[in-house]
Amino acid sequence: MRPLRKYLDRLEPLFQKDGRFEKLGALYEAIDTFLYSPKDVTQYSPHVRDAIDLKRVMMTVYFAVLPCFIMAMYNVGHDANVAMTANNITSVPGWRGLFLENIGIGYDPNNIWACLWHGTMYVLPIYIVTFIVGMTWEVVFATVRNHEINEGFFVTSILFTLTLPATIPLWQVALGITFGVVFGKEVFGGVGKNFLNPALVGRAFLFFAYPAQMSGDSVWVAVDAVSGATPLALWSGAGIEAVHAAGVTWENAFFGIVQGSMGETSTLACLIGAAILIYTRIASWRIMVGVLLGMIVVTLFFNWLGSETNPMFSMPWYWHLVLGGYAFGLVFMATDPVSASMTETGKWVFGILIGVMVSLIRVLNPAYSEGMMLAILFANVFAPLIDWFVIQANIRRRIRRSD
Amino acid sequence: MTTKTQTILLDPLIDKNPITFQILGICSALAVTTKLAPALIMALAVTFVLSVSNVSISIIRNHIPNSIRIIVQMTIIASLVIIVDQFLKAYAFELSKQLTVFIGLIITNCIVMGRAEAFAMHNPPVASFVDGIGHAMGYSLILIIVAVVRELLGSGTLLDYTILPLVKDGGWYEPNGLMLLAPGAFFIIGLLIWAIRTWKPEQVEKTEYQIPKQNRSEVM
Repeated sequence: MRPLRKYLDRLEPLFQKDGRFEKLGALYEAIDTFLYSPKDVTQYSPHVRDAIDLKRVMMTVYFAVLPCFIMAMYNVGHDANVAMTANNITSVPGWRGLFLENIGIGYDPNNIWACLWHGTMYVLPIYIVTFIVGMTWEVVFATVRNHEINEGFFVTSILFTLTLPATIPLWQVALGITFGVVFGKEVFGGVGKNFLNPALVGRAFLFFAYPAQMSGDSVWVAVDAVSGATPLALWSGAGIEAVHAAGVTWENAFFGIVQGSMGETSTLACLIGAAILIYTRIASWRIMVGVLLGMIVVTLFFNWLGSETNPMFSMPWYWHLVLGGYAFGLVFMATDPVSASMTETGKWVFGILIGVMVSLIRVLNPAYSEGMMLAILFANVFAPLIDWFVIQANIRRRIRRSD
Repeated sequence: MTTKTQTILLDPLIDKNPITFQILGICSALAVTTKLAPALIMALAVTFVLSVSNVSISIIRNHIPNSIRIIVQMTIIASLVIIVDQFLKAYAFELSKQLTVFIGLIITNCIVMGRAEAFAMHNPPVASFVDGIGHAMGYSLILIIVAVVRELLGSGTLLDYTILPLVKDGGWYEPNGLMLLAPGAFFIIGLLIWAIRTWKPEQVEKTEYQIPKQNRSEVM
């Protein structure tokens, strides 16, 4: 590693003030601190002693998402291969088919590698577009504003990718991440000043702008003209019978072998991520438990209430947990430290608000069968207000104590 | 034209634009701008109401008792709006149906009331007329820009004439559904304000509280 450090040190003057590439200083700094822990120390109070810095925090989140990412690659390929076998399609048109056939992998739905490779053909281009377009905006804003490039985007990029359906056109991916980064984050002054989760802002933009490519029955399976509704949509149409009729069991949904956005299908992968995040104390367990509690209470209430006309009333909480983006949102989206509540009591309220809202939207709103994205964005808006009340309550309590 | 008249007429176009600088009249700017045609009608209607109400109020400004001036202003503005409404129903029925309640809601448009209070009550009729026209132009300008962007990106047309052929009609353009929803107009107005304030930094409001800034090059 020595030569690399020396090489970076040699380049450094070029990027400093009056250097030839002064404008690109932010980019140099980003690469340097990505590879090595910076040796600078904070010069102003307050000082917080911590073993890891922001970059290591973000990388840990990145690793926690990886199980979901791998599961996304597998499930997209698996869905496509199953659909191809069922419809007697033997070859994929375009560059994907060319690649898969030339390396001799084939389309066997029972072969893990075949599924992984086929899925990679869809997941990877979306991720690459997300990363390049989003990073370009980050660099542009960092350069113009003389900020550091923030590694928060690593996490945003992978989360955004995983919330999209596999068949989405790449230009929409580029548009979505542009909107997410610029409107969700940069207009407020960059990382740490945004009040909404940028990945979800980008997804919400696509959801409302291009509903035909973001929702419905035909976008989830990456084979032309093959439709497969998500289990949530099936349930809201005709209850648990429809879900079972489509061959989906609770175990399927838990392991993630169902239709849905790329990364959200596997609750198991999300749980592995949750374990990493809670063990390293990076994500707040209070928020996660709050989301779970809010959802369970409201769902039990709906179960007890019952309904003749709306099958969603009968969905038990353990099905809510494994269907749609619930687990993914709970672990990775709701716990975003910037857009969630900051106070410990506030985190409980914030989490419960999300849990309550997600059940309400899923069950009572006929327009959207999925409610996690909207519930989290809704709670994001309320997070500062929740914190304000918590702080005011604390001030009142301490005034009373001193009287 | 004297320089003073020029300032009164042209200032509201960008420097003191009622929508992007004073942030007034946002409601109608969101509601009638999904297509260009209703936006144009709305612009004309507001131009008429604003200029005539400014002149009328200015003529009788010295006779209005101060304590009931708002009521008098409202009566004049409401009468004008009813005239416009009836006129549209008589001669452009289809368009008036598209505009629904928003012609009637010109009464509550803050720009009309605001100009009556802020300008017509203290200035002679001719100056008030010019002020009304100026503010109406500023309002119309933003309305037309927003409507052009929304109709073009949301439906691929302008005044219902196809500019970008849609995918579902065999063309190449995938319409952006967000542009047809109210948030689409919010984003366009936001981008406009951002662009104008980058061009004219003196329009930026002072922040109430500034977090101490620390730039990258200071730390290095």
